[in-house]
Amino acid sequence: MAIEKIFKDDATEEKGERARMASFVGAIAITDLVKTTLGPKGMDKILQSTGRGHGVTVTNDGATILKSLHIDNPAAKVLIDISKVQDDEVGDGTTSVVVLAGELLREAEKLVAAKIHPMTIISGYRMAAECARSALLQRVVDNKEDAEKFKSDLMKIAMTTLSSKILSQDKEHFAQLAVDAVMRLKGSTNLEAIQIIKKPGGSLKDSFLDEGFILDKKIGLGQPKRIENAKILVANTAMDTDKVKIYGARVRVDSMSKVAEIEGAEKEKMREKVQKIIAHGINCFVNRQLIYNFPEELFADAGILAIEHADFDGIERLALVTGGDIASTFDNPESVKLGHCKVIEEIMIGEDKLIHFSGVEMGQACTIVLRGASHHMLDEAERSLHDALCVLSQTVNDTRVLLGGGWPEMIMSKEVDELARKTPGKKSHAIEAFSRALVAIPTIIADNAGLDSADLVAQLRAAHHKEGCNAGIDVISGSVGDMAELGISESFKVKQAVLLSATEAAEMILRVDEIITCAPRQREDRM
Amino acid sequence: MALAFDEYGRPFIILKEQDQKTRLRGIEAQKANISAGKAVARILRTSLGPKGMDKILQSPDGDVTITNDGATILEQMDVDNQIAKLMVELSRSQDYEIGDGTTGVVVMAGALLEQAERLLERGIHPIRVAEGYEMASRIAVEHLEHISQKFDFGTTNIEPLVQTCMTTLSSKIVNRCKRHLAEISVKAVLSVADLERKDVNLDMIKVEGKVGGKLEDTELIYGITVDKDMSHPQMPKQIEDAKIAILTCPFEPPKPKTKHKVDIDTVEKFQTLRLQEQKYFDDMVQKCKDVGATLVICQWGFDDEANHLLMHRNLPAVRWVGGVELELIAIATGGRIVPRFQELTPEKLGKAGLVREKSFGTTKDKMLYIEHCANSRAVTIFIRGGNKMMIEETKRSIHDALCVARNLIRNNSIVYGGGSAEISCSIAVEAGADKYPGVEQYAIRAFADALDSVPMALAENSGLQPIETLSAVKSQQIKENYPHYGIDCNDVGTNDMRQQDVFETLIGKQQQILLATQVVKMILKIDDVISPSDY
Repeated sequence: MAIEKIFKDDATEEKGERARMASFVGAIAITDLVKTTLGPKGMDKILQSTGRGHGVTVTNDGATILKSLHIDNPAAKVLIDISKVQDDEVGDGTTSVVVLAGELLREAEKLVAAKIHPMTIISGYRMAAECARSALLQRVVDNKEDAEKFKSDLMKIAMTTLSSKILSQDKEHFAQLAVDAVMRLKGSTNLEAIQIIKKPGGSLKDSFLDEGFILDKKIGLGQPKRIENAKILVANTAMDTDKVKIYGARVRVDSMSKVAEIEGAEKEKMREKVQKIIAHGINCFVNRQLIYNFPEELFADAGILAIEHADFDGIERLALVTGGDIASTFDNPESVKLGHCKVIEEIMIGEDKLIHFSGVEMGQACTIVLRGASHHMLDEAERSLHDALCVLSQTVNDTRVLLGGGWPEMIMSKEVDELARKTPGKKSHAIEAFSRALVAIPTIIADNAGLDSADLVAQLRAAHHKEGCNAGIDVISGSVGDMAELGISESFKVKQAVLLSATEAAEMILRVDEIITCAPRQREDRM
Repeated sequence: MALAFDEYGRPFIILKEQDQKTRLRGIEAQKANISAGKAVARILRTSLGPKGMDKILQSPDGDVTITNDGATILEQMDVDNQIAKLMVELSRSQDYEIGDGTTGVVVMAGALLEQAERLLERGIHPIRVAEGYEMASRIAVEHLEHISQKFDFGTTNIEPLVQTCMTTLSSKIVNRCKRHLAEISVKAVLSVADLERKDVNLDMIKVEGKVGGKLEDTELIYGITVDKDMSHPQMPKQIEDAKIAILTCPFEPPKPKTKHKVDIDTVEKFQTLRLQEQKYFDDMVQKCKDVGATLVICQWGFDDEANHLLMHRNLPAVRWVGGVELELIAIATGGRIVPRFQELTPEKLGKAGLVREKSFGTTKDKMLYIEHCANSRAVTIFIRGGNKMMIEETKRSIHDALCVARNLIRNNSIVYGGGSAEISCSIAVEAGADKYPGVEQYAIRAFADALDSVPMALAENSGLQPIETLSAVKSQQIKENYPHYGIDCNDVGTNDMRQQDVFETLIGKQQQILLATQVVKMILKIDDVISPSDY
């Protein structure tokens, strides 16, 4: 008698070896996909969306690539997820984390083929990860005390991060921009305060950091184009028709003259509101919502600069920089805090007019204006800059710094190798495999740069045999170089996050011995 | 399809649309059911024990769940077969009742069915098998009671509780920091437990997760976290000695339930209405201020105007807080939920020592912590982890650990794990079998064999020789008359579960045996399956 099926019709079930195989293959495929973007000589990918317009993105950012892929393989989904989390948490290392997890799985596959139980591999990996982490901890440099040195550390980190991106040509310029911007935040990780405005035109070099605040809006007609010693009221209120909010209210009139009267009353109401706003003694009014022509005209008459339809972020940032409250009622002008700034003026960037607030009270926020040849370029530049900003803001909080260029991987691999020699039992194979996976990262960096990876990594390993060596791969000259001299640094927090999440993800996938896929939900045909 | 014919050779139609249904009867039906039940058990078998493997489950919408928890696997599997559904129910009821051992119960039921199949082949009537199983389960449960031990714990001595939770957690992916999580779970349960009534309300423990960070960063917060931020970006981010007004009414003009219309036909009316509206907002905020609240938590949204007024009067507020969270906040802070502004009084305000907003990572994720509450009986476990699936799995594992801790507080008897309890029961049932005259004896022996399958699966998953290991442990137990020898899954070097500190709760084990027996009895009693055939 046949065993009847337990599952629904289209559901599939994969067991044991097959399941493991499916997840290995999926994970390794994803790794191979993003592998070529790793390192300073990594290549970019073009992503074309399936949506309308087939929008094109050109990127080097691991998280962005993976986010845009439509994947069916569950193990691959796990990797995409860790990359996403890495992006949210530390902002950089999104490619490395996937590559490391993939390499760990690739090694695990060999071990499983050699009849080592996945659980043994996992426990070996865990020991290795712990050992690798402590190896890193021993080698971190912390320049918290020395402000000058710390700043140069930040600069190095920013340059290292940017060197793998499209901005690598002008990395010094951008690193300076990013460091300046982050230093202004004074330790907060709120990147919201750094506004990035993209304006096509010019070259990447023309990008600049503005200490004030730039709002991508136009000044209303007939209003002053330049105000000095501005008093700003930041508001979120309806300046179109201020409708009655009491439920069920409606206007019912029996003659045309009444309509006119009501309309008059409405106008009167608006006029009163505007009067109240003007009574704050302001000369600039910024509203989140629309300002209709009538109130705009009133403001113009009073010589007040009125800016409408600033978006949510804009308003919040503006309130932050100018130190004003966001107001919605205007009855007690004495208690509303107004924002201040020295000069408000209209400026031109490329062909667009923008409003520039300079001399703001609180120096926390700033604006970075990116210029570039095309939208794709700008988008990618923004992503790269975002990565750099994230890493820097995290480094400001956790000031521990490591060298880059494959140096941390070699350090870890050396320690892990030593651990493998000391550990009895089958686990030692897994620990050894972990070390091999770590070495894979410098290998890939070298490969991507078109260098002889086998030779370079061997040299590197030999160099690391000595204590306290700073050797890493110098991609530019194609040889082993001193990372401290070359000024290639990475943030400890990023490296640690890469190590831990990659191990966690590999562990998770290794533990699986069965994949059950439910029948896909039936889509109703809307034909 | 078996059809009945009358004397003229015409078929009787008994069932509606009989020819479109498939029907299995008698021994065929029983065998089909048993094989379905076994198939489900086989899926879970490899997840048992500290070396058990995980399953990837892909939902109809393509979401991925990775888990080791029996109840979750079965629930997400989306089974179609009726008997398989029964097994799913079985695991679920174990989950509701005990919270742990959801894999074990299914493996047990599968083993019982397997044994029953053999008995049926020998021609023993299913009901006799069922009765035999019933008797055997009674023996086993009594024996468990007999070998169980009581242990003492108090608010200071939590070690035994932590040990038991660690046994539960060791089979999950979080076993890397099981000690840490076990301690968190025990502390959480103890802080909400009513030790005199021996009752624990698990609703008071909120388990929240946020991706990012390491598993080790998971923490226990004596208070509540809410995944919300202040309604106005410029409100203070930290409030000490907060007095909290908990509202379920929106900061908006009232909307009477009766249908009404306000007609505006003159300018005066228009103006009065406007004044009225302004007064509404002012009154609402004033009322909150008057009773002395320093924080407003509201279930609904605010109008922009109200929001500004609140900000203006220096009254921080949180909007769109869910009903469940609102209740927890009310419990924790000792406040009352107020449905109308008129009913706000100073007594109804909740109190908390510290309310602060905390942001995570590089995105603008913010959470609100309400700590040092007046009534510290509501706690939150806040999980961090590398990815979404990890967090979800940790949540499930913590839930299991919480349930175990709760069960121990209700009834502090434990049995030893690692399969030792099952082996000991199996010996007892085997010995008890000979006392019963009649066919049931065979069923009872079969039950004993089925009990062996749990330690067998444990040994198998740990990479040991199942039959060799089991027989060695069994003979050791009988020889030394010591029921605490089990399977040495972690290769520690001793079989004595007492030394390894592997505990399970007595009621959990008893429940497993009882529930598994019940379901198997139910399945055995079915002799006719009528189902609509595929079309």
